[in-house]
Amino acid sequence: MTTGNGMAVRAERVSRHYEMGAAVIRAVDDVTLEIRAGEFVALLGSSGSGKSTLLNLMAGLDRPTGGAIFANGRNLSELNSLELARYRSRTVGMVFQSFNLLPRMTLEENVELPLRLAEVDRVERGARVQEALERVRLEKRLTHRPSELSGGEQQRAALARALVNRPTLLFADEPTGNLDSATGESIMLLLKEIQQKLGMTIVMVTHERPLAERFADRIAALADGKLLTDGVKS
Amino acid sequence: MKAGDLGELALRNLREAVLRNSLTTLGVAVGVASLVAMLSLGVGLQELATKRLSNSGLFDTVIVTARRNMQGMRRPAANSVPAKPERALDDDARSELTRLPNVLEVYPQIRFPTEVRYNGNSYSTIVAGVPDSARGNGSYDGIQGSFFSGPNADEAILQIEFAKDLSEQTPTLIGKDLVVRYAEREALAPQKAAGDSGSGNAVDAAAGGFSIVPREKKLRIVGIVETEPAAGFGGFGSGRLLIPLELASALRAAQVNDLRDAVRATNGKPAYASLTVRAKSPSQIEAIETAIKAMGFGTFSLLDASRNLRLFFTIFDLLLAIFGSLALAVATLGIVNTLVMAILERRREIGILKALGAADRDVKQLFFVEAGVMGLFGGVLGVGFGWLIGRALTWGTNIYLHRQNLPSAHVFSVPWWLVLGAIVFAVGVSLVAGLYPATRAARLNPVEALRYE
Repeated sequence: MTTGNGMAVRAERVSRHYEMGAAVIRAVDDVTLEIRAGEFVALLGSSGSGKSTLLNLMAGLDRPTGGAIFANGRNLSELNSLELARYRSRTVGMVFQSFNLLPRMTLEENVELPLRLAEVDRVERGARVQEALERVRLEKRLTHRPSELSGGEQQRAALARALVNRPTLLFADEPTGNLDSATGESIMLLLKEIQQKLGMTIVMVTHERPLAERFADRIAALADGKLLTDGVKS
Repeated sequence: MKAGDLGELALRNLREAVLRNSLTTLGVAVGVASLVAMLSLGVGLQELATKRLSNSGLFDTVIVTARRNMQGMRRPAANSVPAKPERALDDDARSELTRLPNVLEVYPQIRFPTEVRYNGNSYSTIVAGVPDSARGNGSYDGIQGSFFSGPNADEAILQIEFAKDLSEQTPTLIGKDLVVRYAEREALAPQKAAGDSGSGNAVDAAAGGFSIVPREKKLRIVGIVETEPAAGFGGFGSGRLLIPLELASALRAAQVNDLRDAVRATNGKPAYASLTVRAKSPSQIEAIETAIKAMGFGTFSLLDASRNLRLFFTIFDLLLAIFGSLALAVATLGIVNTLVMAILERRREIGILKALGAADRDVKQLFFVEAGVMGLFGGVLGVGFGWLIGRALTWGTNIYLHRQNLPSAHVFSVPWWLVLGAIVFAVGVSLVAGLYPATRAARLNPVEALRYE
């Protein structure tokens, strides 16, 4: 699903400012960015550059203090909290640096959770969970809890959870940040495979330029909340 | 989120902190138990009082008397209305009363003083006639021996206090005979009319007269009752020696009103001093009483007393409920505390749920269901605990009553409406307690929640 003209997400002069007493923190400051459908975009920047904040705004987890974000044909700023939750549930998949799997649930239950929230029929859920876990090659670890999995497996499980509702947008916040380089590479290969096979739009936050250059179609570099460069990788 | 999924997730969350949630649930259970115990005690005491009073026949009966014309005894007022003629309480009136709607039976009150001879000693007491319908009356539930074998049987039932006068070993009295000495009213032939004496008149002749003849009647003791079935407002004292009503009527024993009736003008038919009208239920007393008054008779019932009794117990139950609810109020704070703690512990989880598409209302409902489940389990457990407290109270009370030589009593009653009401109340209170934590959880900013370690 696009915003029109093949656009998946469009950030238009977006700002996110925080007031800390008398000081104003400009986490994202007047950023304009367009992401086309099916594109793999890396948001590159050092710590505190505003890349994660921009990702959260595009994922509908936060609201901008200025500007607008268009996704799914609608301005996210104008959606009420229920509509924004539906956008996160049906259009967006999210992967985090620290996996964020629920430790007391099995792998199957973790992956099933978005389906529960989207009120998918119970009979359909089993097949959807199986399909998502097969895609990340964890179909044999259904009954394991996150603590029984390696870091790479946990991130693959988180990826399966992000894919299970068949979203069109996948937002990944430092997906390899907690992994060794080899495991990180396998995750990146998996993301690339998913993008190519499913035609999914992927927006990934990273501070590792080599990783971004190797896997992303386009790199948008941020510093101090501002977009420095936006273009195809060098 | 669908209700089934919501329930599953809530139960899973409750199991995760099983000790803390169990203790909170136990707190609710103690609160509900306190409420149930208090209210059950109130209900039990009300039922006990109502049963005891109903068994005494005080609440489903109306005493009917002839309306007396007393105007001649005082100076008439300037604009006084002429007195209505008195209506005799005779057999015609009795038949008319019997035909009133919802009247079960109408019978005369027969009580007379007597001297009882037993084992060579004499005892003074009051004899009361008991209708055969009293057989099903709860007053005779704990009777030692049996009720009268028939409506005309030469048998007697003793009230326990009188039985103790006769013998210290009251059970040995059953089957023994006693002799009742009483004054029989023997009618005299009507006096010759005016022409004979020159001083009488037709009315006096019709009134007739009677002589008093001492008689004796041997009766077999068939039962002893601990209640006072013949207590109350029907006569001039509590009947301690009960005999079948038809037998009492056949004895034609002189009663206290006989002297008055002897000097009053009647239409020649025997009149009753008073009649007892028994209604099908206490709720029909008011209508029956109104109808009897319209017939021109005086009435007396304990309708107002019954209303006051209900009012008293309503207030009593309300106060007990308020005191009982105090423990539940404390337990409610426990639920708030537990859920607020859960929000702190599950802050990150709430962030994950929101990132995966949970709406604010999903998070709110999840905490609501958790509060409701604690309330439900606490309510069910509390009703059980309350019932156990009641059993223990009844047991202890009956031991005490037994030691005081008093009959056992059910001082505790857990009606179905209280069981359901207590559980619904516990769930309701828990949901109210969950309102603040649930709202707080729903309002969590997902980005901040996801950052929380």
